[in-house]
Amino acid sequence: MPIDTNQKSTDLRTEEMIINMGPQHPSTHGVLRLEVTTDGEVVMDVRPFIGYLHRCFEKHSEKVGYTGVIPYTDRMDYLAAMNNNHGYVMTVEKLLGLEIPERAEYIRVIIAELGRISSHLVAFGTYANDLGAVTPLVWGFRDREYILDIFEMCCGARLTCNYYRIGGLSGDLTPEMLTKIREFLDYFEPKLKDYDRLLSYNKIFIERTAGVGVIPLEMAVNYGITGPPLRASGMKWDLRKDEPYSIYDRFEFNIPTGKGLKGEVGDCWDRYMVRMWEMAESVKIIRQCLAQIPEGEYISPKTPKMIKPPKGEVYVRVENPRGELGYYLVSDGKPNLYRLKVRSPCFTNLAIVPAISRGVMLADLVAIVGSLDIVLGEIDR
Amino acid sequence: MKEWVDGLIRGSAALRGMPPEVSYFLAMVFFGLCAVGFMAICALAFVWLERKVSARIQSRYGPVYTGGKFGWAQTLADAVKLLMKEDLVPTSADRILFNIAPVITFMASMLTLVAIPFGDGLIVADLDVGIFFILAVSGMAVIGFLMGGWSSNNKWSLYGGMRAASQIISYEIPVALSLIGVVMIVGSLNMSEIGRFQEGGFWRWNLFRSPFLFVAGFIYFTAALAEINRTPFDLPEAESELVAGYSTEYSGMKFAFFFLAEFANLFVVSAIASVMFLGAWTSPLPWQLLPGPVWFLVKAFGLVIVIMWLRWTLPRLRVDQLMAVCWKYLIPISLVMLIGLGVQMWKFPVK
Amino acid sequence: MSAVAQYVSNIWRAVITTLIGMRVTGRNAFTRPVTLEYPDERAHLPERYRGILHNRIEDCIGCLACARACPVNCIHIEISKRDKEDYGVTSDGTKITQWIPKFDIDMSLCMICGLCTEPCPTECLTVTKEYELAVEGKREMYLEFALERDKQIVAKKMAEKETPAAAE
Repeated sequence: MPIDTNQKSTDLRTEEMIINMGPQHPSTHGVLRLEVTTDGEVVMDVRPFIGYLHRCFEKHSEKVGYTGVIPYTDRMDYLAAMNNNHGYVMTVEKLLGLEIPERAEYIRVIIAELGRISSHLVAFGTYANDLGAVTPLVWGFRDREYILDIFEMCCGARLTCNYYRIGGLSGDLTPEMLTKIREFLDYFEPKLKDYDRLLSYNKIFIERTAGVGVIPLEMAVNYGITGPPLRASGMKWDLRKDEPYSIYDRFEFNIPTGKGLKGEVGDCWDRYMVRMWEMAESVKIIRQCLAQIPEGEYISPKTPKMIKPPKGEVYVRVENPRGELGYYLVSDGKPNLYRLKVRSPCFTNLAIVPAISRGVMLADLVAIVGSLDIVLGEIDR
Repeated sequence: MKEWVDGLIRGSAALRGMPPEVSYFLAMVFFGLCAVGFMAICALAFVWLERKVSARIQSRYGPVYTGGKFGWAQTLADAVKLLMKEDLVPTSADRILFNIAPVITFMASMLTLVAIPFGDGLIVADLDVGIFFILAVSGMAVIGFLMGGWSSNNKWSLYGGMRAASQIISYEIPVALSLIGVVMIVGSLNMSEIGRFQEGGFWRWNLFRSPFLFVAGFIYFTAALAEINRTPFDLPEAESELVAGYSTEYSGMKFAFFFLAEFANLFVVSAIASVMFLGAWTSPLPWQLLPGPVWFLVKAFGLVIVIMWLRWTLPRLRVDQLMAVCWKYLIPISLVMLIGLGVQMWKFPVK
Repeated sequence: MSAVAQYVSNIWRAVITTLIGMRVTGRNAFTRPVTLEYPDERAHLPERYRGILHNRIEDCIGCLACARACPVNCIHIEISKRDKEDYGVTSDGTKITQWIPKFDIDMSLCMICGLCTEPCPTECLTVTKEYELAVEGKREMYLEFALERDKQIVAKKMAEKETPAAAE
């Protein structure tokens, strides 16, 4: 509920308090610093400060060769490493003009959608934790663990997966892993209902999130918001559907958008709920993949040993769990790339925080930042 | 209790020699210490229980190693760790207030135990104003929270202290109003009296005597959760908003005092609820199958588990919503409940 | 909805959703915990698990492919050409034409991406399943694989090279 911030009291000298939320604060999702100007519990102004996790990703990638960048992309958005890999290898493949085997494409989609579920599970858990409920956090991490086990089986690591390769993947999915994925889906679908019962439709949760931090559609578009926050504002925009990359055009799935069921369109509850609905859609996509997956190669035999794309530049964007992740790559024909620029979804999504959090309560600020689901590793890179 | 102390004094040669003021004073100090000791053990047990309950709800085991089985010594180990910790006082803090704040909070929760009957006659001080005394001293805790929040000279602590003050003072009203309902029907403020009134089976418990008292019990439970800063009303120490609220700057034993007070309050609230609404030491059936104190502890501990269960289920309210729950829901409903109860007693007088 | 109906519905929703939530958590409290009690139980590691690196130096031909593939330059190799009569053979039959007096991997720099193991022609550089990486000092993270024999031979060669130069 926004409070009129222009109201002034004349008979008492009062002062606004400037308070630092972060970089060490339990609910800033990493090392974000928010300089909050408060009047009692009411937030008058917010200024986000970023850069505490800057690791020179873009400069590093100019030194390590085309394949060497892949492990670095893992470390950008460390909650959705597979999706980052996917975008990067697609960029280089586009530059090389490389065809990917059918089976590799299917595996890529399966793994990317599993990555989306695991990322949304963390978003769900940490969001609940921001609002004071701890159990959903642990449940989210518990169920994410099964996905990480699958990742561990197929590439050997849980978080920094480094699974995708230019031209395909580093290893095939064995029948054993496919069964494991099927088992996970069977286990996971009823859990989604549990989450809804525990948190999504809880009265206190609805009170805390519905009507809070509303992003009107026009504002969302003006700020360049992408991903679940944009869809929560009512726009049906998903790169998987609107600009299908990989083989996403072969699958049937819906794009959930915010409908303002509990408050207004584009409030925190919608943003949260879009993620929950998206998990169910991801399950659908993976099921279709598992039904259709053909036999074949997992890496293109035409992949050159030394990756040295021709001169040129290319921009590829993919739908990351957090929004539109874009890679702009310039090659000068040498073994190292010339320039790589990443369009980070979280960075643009974070930019809207000051605009929508003037006049809210301090607790709402936490809810707003949490609902945007930022990962500082990707913002600072 | 008094007769028992009299008997003790008559039986003991050493006590008989003293003037009665001194011997009664000594006896009271002894029972007071027993109560404090019991409370401290309860608090330690609840910390362990909380861990186990939360662990089971979250598909974990909780502590398993410390002490051999079930991690029973985990809180003891934690207490030792807290004792060993450096006692930090921030340089810009107000030293005196900073040091006495945890003591006041701890004292407020300990004092209430004086007037809680564990069984028929098993009470440290059988005050005629029992429940009134409990409300009065437990309200003192807010001074400790406010002092701690203010003197730490930390902005987050200040928020926590202010939130605690507004929250606890507001929620005293529905707590008192809902307890007035019980006092009306029993006709006494004396805790033993209230307990005796409910003997003879669960249908004679205050909770089931009248639909209005059922509502009162519910209101008391909700408001008491807010009084002791438990989820969904744990705003003063809201971890994700205020880091640790009023106790942000506290470490070592001073923090342990706050912590113990919180868990002791858990017992106090459950004990009051079971005395006022759930028939204190009486058995739910007409036959007293177990000794009174056992029934009392079973009820109190059961309520403690319910409170923990709630904590690990619900998210937290916002400040304005917290106030709305108090002023727009609990207080009007409890006022209506009081009127309804008055009408009921006028039409159908209690024998 | 009228204000009164809203008021009653608020109370009703709050109570009923709390009870539903408590039913979900309560039910979960009686399921089996998923914790793996770590020091007593070990996780089953999959075949492709990427732990710290290991080099079977007997099979290493000193081709430097791993050092080139490493994005963080944590593999330090020195090679020196063998004489024809000293050529060795790896277990898969590849000729070894180099002495390798230094094959060090600095695990404190390594990010365990596994890229170095992919170009290895003799598959001697592998990832192990060792995941307990805690050591007492940074020195222990510096893994040295070179054989003592290679070190001595190359040191002797270097000395021979230098001696005539010094004599002249």
